[in-house]
Amino acid sequence: MTRCAALPVSAGAVTVKTVAPHAEAATLAAVGLTKAYGPVTVLFDVSLDICKGEVHAIIGENGAGKSTLMKLLSGYVQPTAGHLVMAEERIEFNNSTAAEAAGVVLVHQEILLAPDLTVAENLFLGRELPRGLMVDDRAMNQRAAEVLASIGALCTPRDWVGDLPLAQRQLVQIGRALLEPRSVVIFDEPTAVLANDEVTALLDVVRGLRAQGVAVLYISHRLDEVEALADRITVLRDGRKIGTWPAAELSQRQMAELMVGRELDVLYPPKRTPPTAEPLLVIEQLVVDHGAVEASLVVRPGEVLGIGGMVGSGRTELFEGLMGLRPAEVSRIELAGRPLSQRRLRQRSVKEWQAQGLVYLTEDRKGKGLLLDEMLAPNLTLQALKQVHPGLVLDNRRELAEVQQAVEEYDIRVGSVHLSAGQLSGGNQQKLLLAKVMMADPSIVIIDEPTRGIDIGNKSQIYHFIDQLVRLGKGCIVISSELPELVGIADRVLVMRGGRIVTELTGDAITEQNIVYAATSGEAYGAAS
Amino acid sequence: MTSATTDMSITKPQRRIRWASMGPFIALAVVILVGTLLNSNFATGTNIANVVTRSAFIAIIAVGATFVISSRCLDLSVGSMMAFVTGIMILTMNYLQPSLGPNAIFVGALVGLLVGAACGLLNGLIVTVGRIEPFIVTLGTMGIFRALITWMSDGGSIPMDRALREAYRPVYFGDVLGIPIPVAITLLVALVGAFVLYRTKYGRHCMAVGSNADVARFSGISVTRVRTLAFVIQGLCVGIAAICYIPRLGAATPTTGQLWELQVITAVVIGGTLLRGGRARIWGTIAGALILEVIANLMVLSNMVSEYLVAAVQGVIIILAMLAHRLIK
Repeated sequence: MTRCAALPVSAGAVTVKTVAPHAEAATLAAVGLTKAYGPVTVLFDVSLDICKGEVHAIIGENGAGKSTLMKLLSGYVQPTAGHLVMAEERIEFNNSTAAEAAGVVLVHQEILLAPDLTVAENLFLGRELPRGLMVDDRAMNQRAAEVLASIGALCTPRDWVGDLPLAQRQLVQIGRALLEPRSVVIFDEPTAVLANDEVTALLDVVRGLRAQGVAVLYISHRLDEVEALADRITVLRDGRKIGTWPAAELSQRQMAELMVGRELDVLYPPKRTPPTAEPLLVIEQLVVDHGAVEASLVVRPGEVLGIGGMVGSGRTELFEGLMGLRPAEVSRIELAGRPLSQRRLRQRSVKEWQAQGLVYLTEDRKGKGLLLDEMLAPNLTLQALKQVHPGLVLDNRRELAEVQQAVEEYDIRVGSVHLSAGQLSGGNQQKLLLAKVMMADPSIVIIDEPTRGIDIGNKSQIYHFIDQLVRLGKGCIVISSELPELVGIADRVLVMRGGRIVTELTGDAITEQNIVYAATSGEAYGAAS
Repeated sequence: MTSATTDMSITKPQRRIRWASMGPFIALAVVILVGTLLNSNFATGTNIANVVTRSAFIAIIAVGATFVISSRCLDLSVGSMMAFVTGIMILTMNYLQPSLGPNAIFVGALVGLLVGAACGLLNGLIVTVGRIEPFIVTLGTMGIFRALITWMSDGGSIPMDRALREAYRPVYFGDVLGIPIPVAITLLVALVGAFVLYRTKYGRHCMAVGSNADVARFSGISVTRVRTLAFVIQGLCVGIAAICYIPRLGAATPTTGQLWELQVITAVVIGGTLLRGGRARIWGTIAGALILEVIANLMVLSNMVSEYLVAAVQGVIIILAMLAHRLIK
């Protein structure tokens, strides 16, 4: 079978010329796509092709133009210049419906499902099968069951979507896209919200599609996934295509370097000597959600404590419980050697904790972390209004100075401080959120998913920032689904499963394999025999 | 080439925001211009003073509503709360008049503020502690307050003691430095409101809660406190409006403040405050209240549309304003 065109990679190549797509085997091809919003061009002259039975991965930093490219290919936006070619004919998608009619479908990153409807009702939402004047529930449930089975979903057509775990919802979303036969399926970071075992299942779904001869375009931040899955890889940077390579010819490191256009600094900071000082924080018997989650733990100054485990293992719930953000009880807490009084134990709140020097960074930066419609200043100082504005009146000048300092200190890249938080890229939002909680000058920082959905350059900066923090003698708890991240920055890792801490890993025992094993089997690797 | 292309879409939304905040004032100017052209009686000094004075009640209450709405709540009970507070105030003053004389007015005013604040607190606590939709809660209290004033007045009216009329009269009909007193009070309320909303921590918290309650909660802000306080502010504003209102007619009746919730919410919305919270415009609200009163005045002055249709026109305006919000978005 003729493969689509791909460039040979020269070692460390960063500047590569573009070649015309090989139209013969291409199911869908983009020719010189350019997209401008007013005076701002976000995509420059990008050509690529997607072939039958291949997974074509698109990688690039946030803002590289990946989303725009996807939306152009699936009819959600129309190009300023350039066009699409399908079956050797020039084609235009005026909207996503036209693209879907032509067999091209985009699986959105955000889960767009109605929680109060069943799985089948969601799958057929807007295209219900009619039976006279009524809808044909039996036929829809039957067809839904087939689709769900074909993608290995565990839910049934009659389940309420609101009751499903995130991973199953994701599959329902994919099922919705695959309800009718498709020739091209475009995935927009489908694994961004999934834990590792769920990712594996999802990759199998994508492989299944490939085996059926579907042309798959796959956008992801996780380079390990891309390496495991892709046949060809196209790299975008600053709205331009850098090139297309056969996946076998690129290592993850090369991909990362092509994405940022420079040699990467070391992604993770060098390991520190494990601290032995007296604990900064001792938590005994924290019981969350009526016993669904229960744990005790200790954090030392100068230590990054990693919390691993699958999504749903109770990691986030544990710390939200600690912060007083969900119902929880705790029998004892010690801060820097001093036990908290019974009253304090009962009246835990974000505000109280902040006064004690402990802050929590939510994993949901858009939903719970930042006011997306507000500008940088109100976001930055929201948690520390008292410190920034000691008087009755808000001090706008001082606030602006704080913003400028934070922008510099945390390298938040903004064209103007008058932007709203929602206009920032994911990485810059994360840095803004970090700056926001650091305004309180905490001694212990709990960060839930510090680098979810952000690009590799920003990731590295955040890791180095965490390193700096603990080198100053502060304590840091990092909750993460990304195993390399835990291995890369944690001095000690607690693995959770089913709401309990099942394993503590230290030193050389912190490996991806050990974490996965503990998270899935609940025992330390090698302990079972 | 390597510079970030990510965050360059800077200027557009800001220009849009500025337009949105200018909108109500432009609309007010247009309405006044149309009025002047349409009717020669409109632009006379007495008429203008009349219109502005009459808009004071809605404007004062709407300042409070701006707080409630910016924290993503809604208060439908303001109209009947107004009637209830008015009734309580008059009864108090009448009761105290024999012993205190004209000083009964001050006690009555204080009682008005307290009762207003208490009604607001009631609304607020049911919404926040009871975790019930503000729409339903205030729909319920709207009925309760309305029934109470009807019951208190036995379906008729609660007139103010004649002995107090003369002393109380200037609060509505008098002026300071040529500014009618209700207008001066409105200005004061708006100034204080704008100060609290734009320049204090509470105002910032209000915006944050309205913009995204989860973010506020995760930032250590008590959503319960912020929203409850917004309802209390609303109640206080109703109390202030009641104080200005009583000398105008000198009585409370079951129809006092009827459909004022429509006017109040309309004033807030056409003023540019977002009904979904997070963005508040005090001065826009004031402009909104003026627009409504000017339109009502024009309907009375000219014979093109029956003045009985004033509420219908206001209903149309709020719907058009919401459509405009959508289109601007």
